[in-house]
Amino acid sequence: MSVNHYKSFGSRVFDALNIALLVALALVTVLPLLYVLAGSFATESEIATRPFFLWPEKFVTDTYEYIFGTGAFVRALITTICVTAVGTAVQVMLTLTMAYPLAKRYLPGRALVLNLVIFTLVFSGGMVPTYLVVRDLGLLDSYWALILPLAINPFYLIIVKSFFQELPQALEEAARIDGCSEMGVFLKIVLPLSKPIIATFSLFYAVGIWNDYVSPLLYIDDSSKWTLQVLVRQLTSADAENALAQLDSVFFPAEGLKFAVIVIATLPILFFYPFLQKYFAKGVLIGSVKE
Amino acid sequence: MATDLAPPPVKAVPDPGRETEKVPIRVALLRYRWLYLMLIPGLIYFALFKYLPMYGLTIAFQDFVPFLGYSGSEWVGFKHFEDLFTGPDFGRLLSNTLILALLTVIFVFPAPIIVALMLNELRVGVLKRSIQSLIYIPHFLSWTIVASLTYLLFAVDFGVIANFIHDVLGGPRVDYVAQADWFRPIIIMQTLWKATGWGTIIYLAALASVDPNLYEAARMDGAGRRRQFWHITLPAIRPTIVVMAILTSGNLLDASFEQIWLMTNSLNRSVADVFDSYVYYVGITQGAFSYSTAVGLFKGLAGVVLIFGSNWLAKRLGQRGLF
Repeated sequence: MSVNHYKSFGSRVFDALNIALLVALALVTVLPLLYVLAGSFATESEIATRPFFLWPEKFVTDTYEYIFGTGAFVRALITTICVTAVGTAVQVMLTLTMAYPLAKRYLPGRALVLNLVIFTLVFSGGMVPTYLVVRDLGLLDSYWALILPLAINPFYLIIVKSFFQELPQALEEAARIDGCSEMGVFLKIVLPLSKPIIATFSLFYAVGIWNDYVSPLLYIDDSSKWTLQVLVRQLTSADAENALAQLDSVFFPAEGLKFAVIVIATLPILFFYPFLQKYFAKGVLIGSVKE
Repeated sequence: MATDLAPPPVKAVPDPGRETEKVPIRVALLRYRWLYLMLIPGLIYFALFKYLPMYGLTIAFQDFVPFLGYSGSEWVGFKHFEDLFTGPDFGRLLSNTLILALLTVIFVFPAPIIVALMLNELRVGVLKRSIQSLIYIPHFLSWTIVASLTYLLFAVDFGVIANFIHDVLGGPRVDYVAQADWFRPIIIMQTLWKATGWGTIIYLAALASVDPNLYEAARMDGAGRRRQFWHITLPAIRPTIVVMAILTSGNLLDASFEQIWLMTNSLNRSVADVFDSYVYYVGITQGAFSYSTAVGLFKGLAGVVLIFGSNWLAKRLGQRGLF
């Protein structure tokens, strides 16, 4: 806010305090993450003895060697990557194809469908009826149970629909006059214009699946189909010893393992964070634009 | 939202095939066949995973036996609701949920508003952007990660926070995550850590849309920084605060199942059990489908009442509501 220029003493004290508090807030936010990163490369004894550190005294990688040498970890990692990739593709495709017709104000029946979508934001069948539907569809212990029940996020759908509505209609009209079908217009004109929003919601959906713990908790029983989040949970929760006993190994760096598995489950998110940050504010704000 | 559902405005340019008057359904289906075709997968999704479960809510009024199905199971009316309201768990669930909701209103709701206002006063652009980048990060981390971080930081023998409480503050050396007394403070701390930064975005957007001329004019008239804050900045975000308050009230009873379930253990169950985790526990792990559906339906309806109630209240108080 460059409009405010104050030179008074009180104003300066306020500014100093304000900056100090905000920097403290930022530190509280990132220090735990940096500590876990440092801890994942530290020895067991260092974790046990040093109260807090951001750089390990002795740099070791045995936790990571252990993780990538253990079948359960590698399997969970591959499972999570595949489910996230396929799931994001399905979600984005379904969201785009449904949002496009809903963006056409002249389409008869559009208001009804929109109202049905909006209603699901206020009210839902809830956990158990949804679980029963998934079960009746035979999706229990299937990777599809991690994807299909969340295939369209109604919020995202409405935001994408608003975006489509704001695209210049002249281009679409021109294509139609040239004999393009609606599908052709969608594929050749609308999608290329929508790259930023496709990127945004691909990332949002991908983060959602990657981070999802409730779906595997509800729908996956088979421990060979565990995702990374379930593994993180199993290893760091109160009954971690049981989970560790299930893994096939004699030696494991117990505490360091917890640090490392957190790092592995977080790293992809942090890797994509700059992209997320580039688009997310836009995504959030498109949604808040009143039509 | 309301204007969006109104019929489209009459176009200035004649637009063959795009007229707004009613067309017979057969004509419309033929003319817009591609558009309707594109709607189908989405409609199937909403039918299967949103509306079928709503139909499934009928089992709350049945003694549902999976083998007999939704139509074959015996109807029992409000039996499960009576069981819930008169049973031993209801009081505990309600008070746990309400206490968490109250703590959310007091601590979690104002936090992003305060931080956004603080960021708004920052005049160093680089610093502002860096702080924003850092405090948004936790939003993208899973609750599993947040819970695991909490377990690590509060671990009895080596946890940073546990050490701090013991060594610096002189507190006892206890396993905080297993203490019933510490459950609520930890939940609120987690939510603050994860959601505060991200929550500022919507307020910062509202603040950014304030016309700088307003501040200019106010300064011309001799308004100090404090007065500008009270008379320009705060009124600028009031509508956003109202909308967020309405949305929050609708979610108050949800009390993030994922977060709470991850922090629940046998020692803190007395304060940790809320409606959602109870539904999971009784319904999914113990198989009491009908009873747990009744509990879920009660919670869902209470949420609807809350969101419409607060919307009504906002309008009564002269604010623009959400719908």
